[in-house]
Amino acid sequence: MPETEYTATPGQTVGPFYGYALPYPGDSALVPPAAADAVQLAGVVYDGAGVPVPDAILEIWQPDETGTVSRETGSLRRDGFTFTGFGRAACDPEGRFSFSTVVPGPTEEGKAAFISVVVFARGLLNRLFTRVYIPGDAEALAADPLLSSLDPADRDRLIATREADGTLRFDIRLQGEDETPFLRFPGHTD
Amino acid sequence: MSAQKLSGPDDAAESQATLSAEINAIGSEYRGAVAAGAPVETQPRLDYPPYRSSLLRHPTKDLRHTDPETIELYSPAFGHRDIGTLESDLTIQAGGEPIGERIRVTGRVLDGQGRPVAGQLVEIWQANSAGRYIHKRDQHPAPIDPNFTGVGRTLTGPDGSYSFTTIKPGPYPWKNHHNAWRPAHIHFSLFGTEFTQRMVTQMYFPGDPLFALDPIFQSITDDKARERLVATYDHDITEHEFLMGYSWDIVLTGAERTWMEEDDDA
Repeated sequence: MPETEYTATPGQTVGPFYGYALPYPGDSALVPPAAADAVQLAGVVYDGAGVPVPDAILEIWQPDETGTVSRETGSLRRDGFTFTGFGRAACDPEGRFSFSTVVPGPTEEGKAAFISVVVFARGLLNRLFTRVYIPGDAEALAADPLLSSLDPADRDRLIATREADGTLRFDIRLQGEDETPFLRFPGHTD
Repeated sequence: MSAQKLSGPDDAAESQATLSAEINAIGSEYRGAVAAGAPVETQPRLDYPPYRSSLLRHPTKDLRHTDPETIELYSPAFGHRDIGTLESDLTIQAGGEPIGERIRVTGRVLDGQGRPVAGQLVEIWQANSAGRYIHKRDQHPAPIDPNFTGVGRTLTGPDGSYSFTTIKPGPYPWKNHHNAWRPAHIHFSLFGTEFTQRMVTQMYFPGDPLFALDPIFQSITDDKARERLVATYDHDITEHEFLMGYSWDIVLTGAERTWMEEDDDA
């Protein structure tokens, strides 16, 4: 192992002009919306005044329904059959985002299933990480190391709500009383 | 259609002097704190008031220390099916040559232990040589170049290397304050071997006179940390009668999974 610790390059805001660069056809459809097992993951990104953020862009990265981490390429040129586990969605003018995906399974027996999320936006100087936990398995959610380290209100903010049509609803609040808990991983210095 | 200065009710009123005073105050406070033993900062501040758009868009609660779980210890896989081989040359995407100073930007993507990040996606976007983006929201009255989209993608090589051929972007005005101009930059989007290494940043050009005036660049309070975003002019990359060369290496945060696997091997 090399002795030297390299210092990470600083991040910068994604700015307002990513529109021709980051979005691509099929970016938010990890599976086709018409697929039998497709579920919608949807929400709104809000700023500290409760105003929707129209220029945020989100990415998700998740295992498949069996909890398997996909090693398949093809996220940028979807064939409609290969599950790559990665998706990207730019918010619309009302701050709404929507992914078509599958409900992820736990990567290990008894673990809480979640979708990893990274948030970029104009006005946000560095990316933010969070997790969308899947509601339902109370025992696994109770045993989750991150969730059990949070107070009940923050814990609830990381668990998606299942709507009547099956949609997983998850709003992101960048600032304020209801602020979404954002994550710092080992090695992060921001 | 002739170029015309846009003016309207949303014109930013604050002066550069006001902004510069705020930037300088935060900078000297930071240097004083470091001199008194505070840790060196290596990333931008999320809460940086001189960048006015950040005021309502930064978290006010501490980020939660979290150990990455299985999915976060992997990154999405990208391959040659994802990207056309010509996507790393931004000068050949339309019918003709874009106008401007042809450049090559090349370097390596490394992890926090200095190991190359191989076979990963690098995406870039930038303004044209006149400082205009192809984007409806960019209403800067500078010409659009029909031969330049300013968008590129590539995969890193086995040694973590990437290379883009493009046009040197121009500086452009924005509405943070009156007479605000962004230093010329190229946006970079990077993946590591783990999703926790995901990052987006901006690469700048050496010696830009706008550095001291720009709240986005100055949101990184540490001089050495800011320098990590500035490419180096490299005459060995420059090509005879063809283009100017810049080198820029990118270091992602440490990689936990490979670290643990190597520990297991030891």
